[in-house]
Amino acid sequence: MTRLDTQPDSFEELAMPLFDRLYNFAHWLTHNREEAEDLVQETYAKALKGFSSFRLGTNFRAWMYRILRNTFLTSRTGLKAAMTLSLDSEEDGPELPLEDDTPETILMERSNLQLVQSAIDKLPVYFREILLLCDVEEMSYQEIAETLSIPIGTVMSRLSRARKTLRDGLRLQFQKG
Amino acid sequence: MVCESWKTKLDAYLDGELPSEETRAFDIHVHNCPYCSADALTRVQTKRAIQVAGKRFTPSAEFRRRMQQNIAAKPRRGRFGFAWMTATPAIAVLAVVALTATYNERERVRTEQVYGEVADLHVATLASSSPVDVISTDRHTVKPWFQGKIPFAFDLPELKDSEFSLLGGRMTYLDQAPGAHLIYDVRKHHISVFVFQEQSLRLPGRLNENSFAPKDVSFNVETWSQGGLRYFIIGDASAADIDGLARLFKGAS
Repeated sequence: MTRLDTQPDSFEELAMPLFDRLYNFAHWLTHNREEAEDLVQETYAKALKGFSSFRLGTNFRAWMYRILRNTFLTSRTGLKAAMTLSLDSEEDGPELPLEDDTPETILMERSNLQLVQSAIDKLPVYFREILLLCDVEEMSYQEIAETLSIPIGTVMSRLSRARKTLRDGLRLQFQKG
Repeated sequence: MVCESWKTKLDAYLDGELPSEETRAFDIHVHNCPYCSADALTRVQTKRAIQVAGKRFTPSAEFRRRMQQNIAAKPRRGRFGFAWMTATPAIAVLAVVALTATYNERERVRTEQVYGEVADLHVATLASSSPVDVISTDRHTVKPWFQGKIPFAFDLPELKDSEFSLLGGRMTYLDQAPGAHLIYDVRKHHISVFVFQEQSLRLPGRLNENSFAPKDVSFNVETWSQGGLRYFIIGDASAADIDGLARLFKGAS
């Protein structure tokens, strides 16, 4: 978890360590190298512009990811992706149980990287982003809530649905294969 | 289904999000329950696979160099403090005058930026082929649509006996903060109502002066803060109509 316990000298000192990860996240969102570069560039430009008002002690990483994600959502690709947003309510209901048959387990054991990447690729953007923030960026639920501007209960239920959808996708690919 | 209550928290357990006492209880249960341990193993494997598969894209060296050049060593505000102001009283007075002027100018620029951004959101939305994501004239349909999409709740006014009609709503962002964008109609004029959490916006103090609006925003605009929320109403309808809709909102909250 990135916490600002000491006064940093510059925006660069804080922001550049996040560069690779922000780019990876941007590429996952946009599915395109050029668009990912534009998105990261715009994110850094906006963050730099707003850096003077950034409050020390708040979470810089969540702030950067929030800027990137909001910038993406207002981009042409992001607007198109947002149109696929489910209107189902995201109540804090019980998490979905795992099915008994687990072909995805076999996939995991085989470490079939491409299949997992393809399954993540096919997820709707609101599932893809929350899975990446949790499992790749290893953000806490609180950080994810800050980044996505949603309550923690919604983080938990959306994450659970995202994992269930990914497992279903893997199962489908496994059956095809 | 004796393990159902455990299963509902299994993801949170594996994500390290349970309190320590509950985690200890989970450790014991998972060690003793073959069903939950198998389930936990599968979920951990999935999590690990996502972790590995998710680290997929790397920026090019050229892009990294370009970005580093762009942001190299931009100093943080106030790094040198204000110690120099004690040098001489005359310098301090001059500095205060200069700072006040700078502050006022920044407030003016920022105020114009905020109104400009609100006007852009209004125009861009109306120009869109799908200006609203939830299409309904019923406030009891539109308001619940925002649940879970924005981190606050707000009230919509009753429009019976008024000339306004609700067309629908959508999510929007101002200053990287999520908010609600509602579109109303009055005599074929479309009016946008924006609602944001006051604390999530970086607003200049001048915005609280209700009458202030820059001349180059060719819309009628009204803004106010109420119950921790910041409202903007903007449109090409008459100032009286904008004010009328604002009064309805103020009465509803």
